[in-house]
Amino acid sequence: MAKKMSLKQVAKAGLLSENPVFRLVLGTCPTLAVTTSALNGVSMGLATTFVLFFSNLIISALKHVIPDKVRIPCYIVIIATFVTIVEMVMQKFLPDLYDSLGVFISLIVVNCIIFARAESFASANPVLLSMADGLFMGLGFTGSLVLLGGIREILSNGTFFGLGADLSAWFPKMEVFGLTVGGFLTFGLVMALINHLADRRTKKAEARKAEAQKAEVQKAEAARSGAKEG
Amino acid sequence: METFLLIFGAILVNNYVLVQSIGICPFLGVSKKTDTALGMGMAVIFVMSLASLFTFSVYTWVLVPLKLEYLRTIAFILIIAALVQIVEMVIKRFSPTLYSALGVYLPLITTNCAVLAVALANVDGSGYNLFQAFLNGMCSGIGFTLAIVLMSGIREKLARCDIPASFKGFPITLITAALMSMAFAVFSGMTF
Repeated sequence: MAKKMSLKQVAKAGLLSENPVFRLVLGTCPTLAVTTSALNGVSMGLATTFVLFFSNLIISALKHVIPDKVRIPCYIVIIATFVTIVEMVMQKFLPDLYDSLGVFISLIVVNCIIFARAESFASANPVLLSMADGLFMGLGFTGSLVLLGGIREILSNGTFFGLGADLSAWFPKMEVFGLTVGGFLTFGLVMALINHLADRRTKKAEARKAEAQKAEVQKAEAARSGAKEG
Repeated sequence: METFLLIFGAILVNNYVLVQSIGICPFLGVSKKTDTALGMGMAVIFVMSLASLFTFSVYTWVLVPLKLEYLRTIAFILIIAALVQIVEMVIKRFSPTLYSALGVYLPLITTNCAVLAVALANVDGSGYNLFQAFLNGMCSGIGFTLAIVLMSGIREKLARCDIPASFKGFPITLITAALMSMAFAVFSGMTF
């Protein structure tokens, strides 16, 4: 991605068109493991956003200093530093959340989203743009986690963000959606739905384009026949 | 008996991929063909066993006496990265055939979160000794290999099926994984 991108493009890419979870299919481990509830999804997403933002910032700022051959170890150290910060802060101030996310906070280190953005974006773009990329990629990740977490929480527990009505009058609580099985299943179905919608959109756009072309051809023909008659 | 429980638990009951959903990236990415899946699995078994050995030793005899436990994430990931690099060089030097078979999968193991997860699980209140940590690493690797090879077999068949367009690729793979995970969930009811 060597070409220059505007802030707006970066935002759109991170949130929608290159959404890390559903389009790039990166960072699937936390996506499956922590989305048992919407709250877990938000916290994991924000923790990842924090790491992504600062690692992109530092890596982009140091891109001319880091030698190409040892860049992977350098990235690892930078990323691991921020993950350790997140870990320590959460352990001190949010111990409940720290317990419920467990080992997955440490595993942010090996989240492929962060590596991929460092390698493909931060190492080739200016600092401000890289920060924006980290922020929006992180928010796109967070949004996807909340979507999956919300669906799974509603289906398995009948609640949303831990609050809300008891929905068991409408449908039985399906505890299987709180397990790994439900994670795989929800992720697969939601991704299929998104693929379907994206396909339909491109098809519609193509149809519109074809129609416009047809209209243009007709117009040209009409103009030609008009000229002949004249 | 305890050793048997550990082996059984690491391979089936707590299978990293299908029960704990850790290590999904290579599980989805490298499971298109059985040969490559097997190669990846072998490399992971190798690196996981060695990584368990080294990270456990460093944590127990270096970080704990120095009261630097909070540095474990950084220390472990560096050990794993260094280990993968060394393994790559050694294999390249002594067994070019194996090296070409494993190829690009070796460096990818650094970012396989299952390796780091095993290293962390070994020192996190599990009370393992060095041998048990090594065994846990090796059996978790075997569990990973089992899952990825089974998946690749199914995907080779799936490639010849007529699947709705929006389910092609990752979605159908994820749904297959859900069914496999359901089968593995049965093991968690087993006690001895």
